[in-house]
Amino acid sequence: MSFPENTVPDVVMAPDTSVVPDAATVQTLLDAALQAIAATNDSATLAAAKYQHTGDKSPLAMANGAIGNLPPDERRAAGQLIGQARSQIAAAFTERATQITAVELAAKLHAETVDVTLPTPGHRPGALHPITQMLERMADIFVAMGWEVAEGPELEAEWLNFDALNFTPYHPARFMSDTLFIDPLSSHKLLRTHTSPVQIRALLERELPVYVVSPGKVFRADEYDATHLPVFHQLEGLAVDKGITMAHLRGTLDQLAQALFGADIRTRMRPHYFPFTEPSGEVDLLCFVCHGESVGNPEHPCRTCRSEGWIEWGGCGIVNPKVLAACGIDTEQYSGFAFGMGVDRTVMFKAGAGDLREFVEGDVRFDAQFAGGVL
Amino acid sequence: MKAPFSWIQELAGLPSDVTAQQLAAEFTRVGLQVERIDTPADAITGAVVVGQVLSFVEEPQKNGKTIRWCQVDVGTHNPMGAPARGIVCGALNFIAGDYVAVALAGAVLPGGFEIAARKTYGHISDGMICAADELGLGSDHSGIMVLDATLAATLLGQDALSILGAYESVFEIDVTPDMGYCLSIRGLAREAAQAFGLEFRDPYATPVPPATQAGYPVLLASSNCPTFSALSVHGVDPNAPTPDWMVSRLAACGTRSLGLAIDVTNYVMYESGQPIHGYDASKLVGSIVVRQAVPGEHITTLDGIARTLVPDDLLITDDSGPIGLAGVMGGLTTELDVGKTTEILIEAAQFDPITLGRTYRRLALASEASRRFERGVDAGVGFAAGLRCAELLRELAGGVIDAAYTVAGEVTTPPTCSFPATLPSNILGVEISIDKVLSILSASGVTVTFSDETLTCAPPTWRRDLIDSYDYVEEIAQKIGYDSIPVVTPQANVGRGLTREQTLRRTVVHAVATAGFTEVLTLPFVGLAELSGLHISAGDVRYRAVRLANPLSEEQAYLRTTLLTGLVAAANRNTSRSLDDLALFESGAVFWDTSTAPTPLPGVSGRPSDAEITALYQSLPAQPHMLAALLCGAWVPPSWQTPAVPADWTHALRFAEVAATTLGIELVRRAATVTPWHPGRCAELGVFSSDGEFVTLGYAGELHPDVVKTLGLPTRACAVELNLDELLMQAPHASEVRALSQFPLTKQDVALVVDTATPAVAVESALLAGAGDLLESLALFDVYSGAQLGEGKKSLAYSLRFRHAERTLTEAEATAARDAAVAAATAATGAVLRA
Repeated sequence: MSFPENTVPDVVMAPDTSVVPDAATVQTLLDAALQAIAATNDSATLAAAKYQHTGDKSPLAMANGAIGNLPPDERRAAGQLIGQARSQIAAAFTERATQITAVELAAKLHAETVDVTLPTPGHRPGALHPITQMLERMADIFVAMGWEVAEGPELEAEWLNFDALNFTPYHPARFMSDTLFIDPLSSHKLLRTHTSPVQIRALLERELPVYVVSPGKVFRADEYDATHLPVFHQLEGLAVDKGITMAHLRGTLDQLAQALFGADIRTRMRPHYFPFTEPSGEVDLLCFVCHGESVGNPEHPCRTCRSEGWIEWGGCGIVNPKVLAACGIDTEQYSGFAFGMGVDRTVMFKAGAGDLREFVEGDVRFDAQFAGGVL
Repeated sequence: MKAPFSWIQELAGLPSDVTAQQLAAEFTRVGLQVERIDTPADAITGAVVVGQVLSFVEEPQKNGKTIRWCQVDVGTHNPMGAPARGIVCGALNFIAGDYVAVALAGAVLPGGFEIAARKTYGHISDGMICAADELGLGSDHSGIMVLDATLAATLLGQDALSILGAYESVFEIDVTPDMGYCLSIRGLAREAAQAFGLEFRDPYATPVPPATQAGYPVLLASSNCPTFSALSVHGVDPNAPTPDWMVSRLAACGTRSLGLAIDVTNYVMYESGQPIHGYDASKLVGSIVVRQAVPGEHITTLDGIARTLVPDDLLITDDSGPIGLAGVMGGLTTELDVGKTTEILIEAAQFDPITLGRTYRRLALASEASRRFERGVDAGVGFAAGLRCAELLRELAGGVIDAAYTVAGEVTTPPTCSFPATLPSNILGVEISIDKVLSILSASGVTVTFSDETLTCAPPTWRRDLIDSYDYVEEIAQKIGYDSIPVVTPQANVGRGLTREQTLRRTVVHAVATAGFTEVLTLPFVGLAELSGLHISAGDVRYRAVRLANPLSEEQAYLRTTLLTGLVAAANRNTSRSLDDLALFESGAVFWDTSTAPTPLPGVSGRPSDAEITALYQSLPAQPHMLAALLCGAWVPPSWQTPAVPADWTHALRFAEVAATTLGIELVRRAATVTPWHPGRCAELGVFSSDGEFVTLGYAGELHPDVVKTLGLPTRACAVELNLDELLMQAPHASEVRALSQFPLTKQDVALVVDTATPAVAVESALLAGAGDLLESLALFDVYSGAQLGEGKKSLAYSLRFRHAERTLTEAEATAARDAAVAAATAATGAVLRA
């Protein structure tokens, strides 16, 4: 740093021990120092001024040194005079230094300004598939209710997928048009068509009572199009305990609906047929967008429920006692309920997704849309 | 099933103020889901009127087609002063004098088809004579509709839609497999009556009489046909037309008119649920015998196709051989001929659903009849349905019903069921009075008695679904309405949270997603060509793919043995969409055909034996859960600040290390040569077990350039695949923590020269072993090779951090520890301290 010469006032008095530190002289030196400090405008000139006016060879230091030349009775007064002048200069210096530091910092920070709208370099963020997120959320809801999560193989024994679930040997679901079988057919293996075999495994392996959900992949010999996938995901639930009733089933379904879609959402059940439940029902979810208010209200149509007020969600029912019997459970003492819903479908209507194929194509833009979660 | 509202209304005796929508709501409540209500007239605007074809001229056209230039009298709609309108018609199935439906100019038919007077085939055609499908009344386009003259004559020029039944509301109902009895207007009407609290009068109440061979002789030689009623009608007018009301109801049900005799059998089937077959009795030879087919036997069915039969097929035969595939399709030789047949034998029989199902599936001959038999036809309705058929032929075609009829076989009585009267309330979770239970079951046709707190129920013949106690519970639940069941959340007090494995698996997928990888869920089907593309060949467990018996496509007939096939497909899909910088991962099961044991099929009457359960489980192939990633393009895209960082082998390894370290596992790497990786850029990843054995957990690195080229991936694509099940098993359980030293750190750096081929990990582990307990951590900060080191040498520079647990370490102690570390490295790898 250089400092312009005109900023440093000339010191008029040369060092001279003969200087007499009388009041007028001290005042003159004080004035000169304060003037010099006031005239500084950066830390370098301030440092120079400080040196010139308070340094060892400054006139004031000289005057201080000359106190000894005074008669003893004047020394005290002269000392006080110089002391006061020095404190005034020090105070002025500190004040000026604070001002200059602030100005200089402001200038430095201004000079360091960046364009904060520039993109941040680095690796792109990753993302979890919305199915994974939804399955975790659903499992968490049940775990919080005291249930457990049961898992099982995707390639499954025919007995566990069908026979134990009260599918007769000629039930249409067993036809090759619906189920993907392992070659040869006589091996009696297949890709599970639902996660219900996991429930059978739970009943065979666990102590009663059983409260389990089984999330996972399921397989159907379905065409691959916008509304059908040969592989999709289900979450099924099974409760077997003493005194289980259909009221408990309704309560559990409402609990899940509320946890996922909001406290004012409930479900309804419509009679249906499944081999493994009796009575059986289909579960509809009250539309979480329009709350049913779009029904008969063509001016406010609802895309989510197609203005039907309810969204088809899954199937449910009281576990058919034949299923419990096939697992060796005393049906006089125990009863159970079961339910299941499509996870892909749930994500689809929750997110308003239009094409199921996007769930399995692996396009990186798909997951990115769910970075903030599925709910 | 399609069902016209008026027909249900008529049979159920519903009050006229009940609307189709109200009935639909009640049906849905009891499990008959009404998918749609169609009213064809709603899709038509403008006038469709009754016209009479006064005359026509046939005009052959150059395109080989013949059109008719018709003069059609449409009453008040005739042009001023003219007796008729001129209309061009392409159909040939009418004669002068016939009454037809005419869409006038200005009418808009279903599908937005606008009718206008326009020039065609050299005439101004002023309107259109309609076929059934053009008005949305079924699918028949075989010709135009010829209206029943007696009614139409009184309505000339007036609305034709009313006599065509186009104002009818037609339900489309999804009938579940257990409600086969509702595949009939009669069954639906019974439910409708019950829903509205009306007493149902069954028009088919006549029971099957005791067996008699008084009529046409019928012999049942197969247990797959329990009963067979045969009624004869003589002197039927072969030219009698089908009345419009019947045509329109059949059309509403989805069946076109094929002549009165056939129409009557179809009409009765829809109404009663009992499929009926009519034979031209004059073509029958000798007794009817119902039997299984003999191998190699043939029949030509009504559709004119000769079919080879198998012993599974149930046949209706006479002395001439097979004359019908029972319940599936009749034979050509005894067909009813419109315009000829006067002697009709009516068959109303029961056939075994399973046998029949196998036959129609094998021959791809699904029909309204086979669908009903498969769902179970009312065992008690056969004779009444046959009789109704005969009566309609008498009324509509002057037939004479033969008083002598045949009933072969017997109606089996369905089993009764007893259960505690409290069961319905206990299962449904709502108190239902015994009176309510009795009244519901009686209305459903069940004969029910109540004594000693027990209900004993005998189901009606049409309720094949009422077998066990819970079937009755369901019947009661549906009739009280599921909505009346309360909502109670059960208390499950058994939960222990997610298992350790479930928690760890979540941790891993979250960690790799956070580290910049995007999860995909791909379809698990592969072809062997895809495995070959990855250089996976016989001898590799990943080549032992499980084959599907009925794959969705022959190109992908196997299940994946590695997640890389799906990731490659996903990567290619992305790059085809110009999404080139990819870090994809998938977590999921693969299938290795490691077990050839057949899977047992135990019974279902009780729990299988432990041996059977073990055999069930062990017969399944290995299905390990894998975790894999594929990278290509830029790991860090080029930016204003830094150039692009291409995705390379280090990022593939980073994926593995993120997965491992998040579980507290320290992966050990060693160079490996494994497909599909680059032989010089592939790391085998694993851990040393407690007994010193190396446990392989997976592989990571750059893909082999040939693989990259074959699969069409971007150059230098990298991949990693880990066995997630095995990885999770290596996760250490939480151990005791040590107190953290507060004493100062001493740093020492060393540069060691080793042979280029010496793995860094060997040097590192020797340093770790040699440095002793004072070493807090160690990091490789430079790798250098150059002329000064000499050919085949490289320098590895490490920074070592030493700290004492209980006191300040001296410089001399740190140096001694460093020297010990270097000595160990020298001993293990020949490392020389770089000058």
